[in-house]
Amino acid sequence: MDNTARATLIFEARELLADMENALLELETQGGSSELINAAFRAAHTIKGSAGLFELELITSFTQILENVLERCRSGQLKVDPDFVSLLLQCCDYLAALVDAIERQTEHDDPNPELRAQLLERLGILAPQSRGLTTLARGKSPESTAAAGHWHLSLRFDPQAMQKGLDPLALVEHLRELGTIIYLQTRTDLIPPADQLDPERCYLAFELGLSTSVAGATLERAFELSRDYCEVRMLPPQSRVADYIQVIQGMPDSRRRVGELLVASGALTQEQLQDALDSQAAASREPPPRLGEVLVREQLVAAPVIAAALKKQQSCDERRVVDQRLVKVDAQKLDQLIDLVGELVIASEGARVTVGRARVPEMMEAMSRLGQIVEYVRDRALDMRMVPIGEVFQRFPRVVRDVAKELGKDIQLQISGAETELDKSMVDKLADPLLHIVRNAIDHGIEPVSERVAAGKRAQGRLRLHAFHESACIVIEIADDGRGLRREKILAKAIERGLVAADAELTDAQVHELLFMPGFSTAEVVTNLSGRGVGMDVVKRSVEELRGEIEIATRPGQGTRLRIRLPLTLAIIDGFQVAVEDTVYVIPLESVVECVAMSGASDDSHNLFSLRGEPLPYIRLREIFDAAPFDGARESLVVVSHGEQRVGLVVDRLIGDTQAVIKPLGSIFRGTRAVSSSTILGDGSVALILDVPTLVGRAAGAVSAGASARA
Amino acid sequence: MAMTAMFNCLEPRNGVLTLYGELTLRHAKQVHECLFGALQRTKALEVDLLNVTHLDGAGLQLLVVLHREALASGKSLRWLGFSLPVQEALELLQLSELLGTPGAVLWS
Repeated sequence: MDNTARATLIFEARELLADMENALLELETQGGSSELINAAFRAAHTIKGSAGLFELELITSFTQILENVLERCRSGQLKVDPDFVSLLLQCCDYLAALVDAIERQTEHDDPNPELRAQLLERLGILAPQSRGLTTLARGKSPESTAAAGHWHLSLRFDPQAMQKGLDPLALVEHLRELGTIIYLQTRTDLIPPADQLDPERCYLAFELGLSTSVAGATLERAFELSRDYCEVRMLPPQSRVADYIQVIQGMPDSRRRVGELLVASGALTQEQLQDALDSQAAASREPPPRLGEVLVREQLVAAPVIAAALKKQQSCDERRVVDQRLVKVDAQKLDQLIDLVGELVIASEGARVTVGRARVPEMMEAMSRLGQIVEYVRDRALDMRMVPIGEVFQRFPRVVRDVAKELGKDIQLQISGAETELDKSMVDKLADPLLHIVRNAIDHGIEPVSERVAAGKRAQGRLRLHAFHESACIVIEIADDGRGLRREKILAKAIERGLVAADAELTDAQVHELLFMPGFSTAEVVTNLSGRGVGMDVVKRSVEELRGEIEIATRPGQGTRLRIRLPLTLAIIDGFQVAVEDTVYVIPLESVVECVAMSGASDDSHNLFSLRGEPLPYIRLREIFDAAPFDGARESLVVVSHGEQRVGLVVDRLIGDTQAVIKPLGSIFRGTRAVSSSTILGDGSVALILDVPTLVGRAAGAVSAGASARA
Repeated sequence: MAMTAMFNCLEPRNGVLTLYGELTLRHAKQVHECLFGALQRTKALEVDLLNVTHLDGAGLQLLVVLHREALASGKSLRWLGFSLPVQEALELLQLSELLGTPGAVLWS
């Protein structure tokens, strides 16, 4: 299998497994709804189908058994209970392991033979005898296929059939009562276009395989009443037929003619095909008979084999139709495009600067039009990388179920805003931190049932995952209705660990910050879930690496809410350029509130500026970057905000808006906390992008430190 | 008295069609008119089959043609839901794969 096919197969299989898992989890909470069982069944069936195309025997045979069990469940023969769901979830996990094996290109080695044997045994008890197609799909045992032999029936209805009271569906249903329908192909190609269609005439036809214990004569009698309006052809059981069908079903999808499919499967030789085509061409009637008809009439190929070939062809057509709309693109190509768009943005900024200097109105006008288009291109390109956060959220129902079960807690998970989009590269990096937070909430946040009941709360705990957009950010909330954070406990632990002084007076926010310090854990019992050394400090670091931040709100006894705020994209931002001496810095535009001239209204000893009568803490960039003291006439103040807080950044000059393509910092700057990344300016020089959250924290901290020093 | 067999369709806004009652031979002409009328009026058709109480060969072949023509004419078609009788009929004739699942947008 080539790599594209492999990637597609893995991608689709994982999506389907996720669907199946969701359906199973819902089944557990909502009871045996037939729609959910159907959803699980469909997922298993589709996985089997795709695996069949690549002859992934380990997957096809396993999903077949799984399908049998789901089929029995669907028909009400099996009861859905938590054990049943657990078993099926384990099957999902095993299938996922098989899919992982495809990724490692070791798809023909069973990753876990013991688990497989164990699962198959348990599934086998639930669905004892496998029927019909099972033998086909498992293949390699033509004798059993022959033993299970079936009739092939071709049904053609008279156009008047329905008006005469013969409903094709009812006839098929009647056949189902006589035995098991192994395959059924509804011919829809005989139905004319809507404008030529008489809705009261019947255009349906079926090719079907029926496995039955009744004798041929009995079967024939079943058609006695319908014989006048339905032409029936019956072919007795044949063993080779099944082999050909199996081969055709296993062929890779590509547009091929029925004849080619038949030759490829071995059901027909090339000469036979040529003869049949000749005789088709020589037929005197108009329109000429279909190839299938000729082949059946000349007894070259059994009708069910042709039916299988037709079905194959039909499904290829369907797939092509879907593929045309959705283009699958290698993520790397997309990244290359985004890089190029970045270069385009930089170049166009450069052109803008040069044109600006030339001061030719026509050129400036053309440049501004061009700039606008570049901006659109940038937005569209970034948009292509946006994916719904649901991709991350969808793994949580399973996680919550498993963790809650392990800890003996009862927890209901609510997910909202799953359609909220963010950059693909961030989605991948968010998965682990979120997982950790969720586990933490279940483990430490939500109390055991007994404790909840004692506190007069609902026995079932609630955990909520919610995402939404806010200005240029995505906000993700993880909220539980557990016991809340206990200030004293956190503080005591922090003192014990030597993280703070025993007599430190901390605000609530500062106490919450302690949770994110390395080596902090308040769990009395270190469970194997969240007390594993990976602390919230790692979570915080991961979020910060994405230029995001975490905020905690809590109410004792009522719950805790963690809020993660992230920029929508990591690639390109709108920025505001300022300068200190000849060095240019870029401030992310979304955090700039206003710019004012730095007049005498400042209190240099406390670093406070009076902005319309309100005190505003400020910080001098030149101090941060160790430049010489200012000797010019006038400085400017850029007011920036972060969350609720506002501070001023004092700079020499204001330059203006720019688009900044974010480049990672070289290792020299890693230690500089005031800088988040770098960018390339229009003239080709490098500028640093300021890390506003850190600067705001520093300025505000300096003021409060000054205040406490005075007190 | 047995309830009168009925069929009805509602198209509250362009592109959303809800079918009620029997999709059967008895109402085939009306169903035909209503399905293809709605398809003509929109580029993206959504059909709600949750309230269909009965589906026979006549109704079924109309759904197949609707699906085929929507795709052939470059329009999108989405089933908003299948009632149990619809699901059963599609499964019986193994047409679920061809017609797609409720909720999925089928494009041409």
